[in-house]
Amino acid sequence: MIKSIQITNRNQIILVLLSLPIWYFLYVNLQNIVDFLTYTVFGMNKEAHLTEAVNFFIFETPKVFMLLVLVIFGVGIIRSYFSPEKTKNFLAGKSTFFGNVMAALLGVLTPFCSCSAIPLFLGFVEAGVPLGVTFSFLIAAPLVNEIALGMLAEAFGWQTALLYTFTGLSIAILAGWLIGALKLEKYVHEWVYEVKTGQTEIDTTNLSFSERIQSGLNSVKEIVGRIWIYIVAGVAIGAGAHGYVPEDFMANLMGKSSWYSVPLSIFIGVPMYSNAAGIIPIVEVLVAKGAALGTTLAFMMSVIGLSLPEVIILKKVLKMPLILTFVSIVAVGILIVGFIFNFIY
Amino acid sequence: MDIKVLGPGCKKCGTLAEAAKKAVEELAIDANVEKIDDMVKILSYGVMSTPALVINEKVVVSGKVPSVSEIKELIEKA
Repeated sequence: MIKSIQITNRNQIILVLLSLPIWYFLYVNLQNIVDFLTYTVFGMNKEAHLTEAVNFFIFETPKVFMLLVLVIFGVGIIRSYFSPEKTKNFLAGKSTFFGNVMAALLGVLTPFCSCSAIPLFLGFVEAGVPLGVTFSFLIAAPLVNEIALGMLAEAFGWQTALLYTFTGLSIAILAGWLIGALKLEKYVHEWVYEVKTGQTEIDTTNLSFSERIQSGLNSVKEIVGRIWIYIVAGVAIGAGAHGYVPEDFMANLMGKSSWYSVPLSIFIGVPMYSNAAGIIPIVEVLVAKGAALGTTLAFMMSVIGLSLPEVIILKKVLKMPLILTFVSIVAVGILIVGFIFNFIY
Repeated sequence: MDIKVLGPGCKKCGTLAEAAKKAVEELAIDANVEKIDDMVKILSYGVMSTPALVINEKVVVSGKVPSVSEIKELIEKA
């Protein structure tokens, strides 16, 4: 019994290792394969708008999925080393600025689902993690996530994805630090401070390597199962626009020359809620059609980083002045990022 | 036997409750599966990532949805 488990585990690792070169080969040759399909197998006319749209769709869809699977798998393995309980114990009693930096980094690395934002918040507060440090975690966790990174890297390259990570972390660190400095503890509902948390004995991070691979595969299954439909829909919209909408369509409204486009896109983006998977294909279309990258990123950050449902969840533990402060500080941070990106690119 | 599913009502919590009920049914044991969505109670188990599975007041799973067969194993071990 035990032996057979070991063999399947080893097989699994070998399978994963074998699939990497196959992945790479397919990824590098994808455009050739797709061109062969559209022009030779389907025999479509190279000049037609429809051909362009079809070619874009059957190229883009597998490309996005391949990158996402790789990124989600990798992040899933990294995250298996972290847990909210360990993060909480680590952050308890950390000094403010250093604590904010660590909280933002751990916000990216710790497995987190926005549906457990409240137990996480309560656990942090009870353990003595400062309020501002807790906010750095809560801001970074949704903003810098594996889906956003994978999709950004796919659409705009690794440099942009890295720059996004860096600016997202900076917003989380500075906004959390500012919230801490403003001493807003009185705007947390009183009952929060009376919650007594127990201790669990289970350690979710004590796993063998094959269990970590399993956990990476599980997150691929779980996340891709949840978001695939948004990706296909997003790419389909992109494909439609690709063949038919003129290149500079968005240049006037969201272009570099109109400074007000950044605040405007944040204003529209904040109440909206979508996951990164749904928003990035749209973002890609916007940029391809002449929108400035900073404006588009600001729009995307405000959609995934701030949202009405999140505010409603947080209302259970926070009073309105604190929620409004939190939303405005993060929105100003995004505004600055939007302007900086527009300035650089 | 006393089985509790801790979760504030997200989709995964419902999935875990269903899986736990199925495991109890398949094992044909006398056990009560209770769903807890009160945040203060969830915290009293020290759970910060939901959903979590509690067997006889001991947290055995937190932050993920185990399969029915995994839950059966956990029940048999308890």
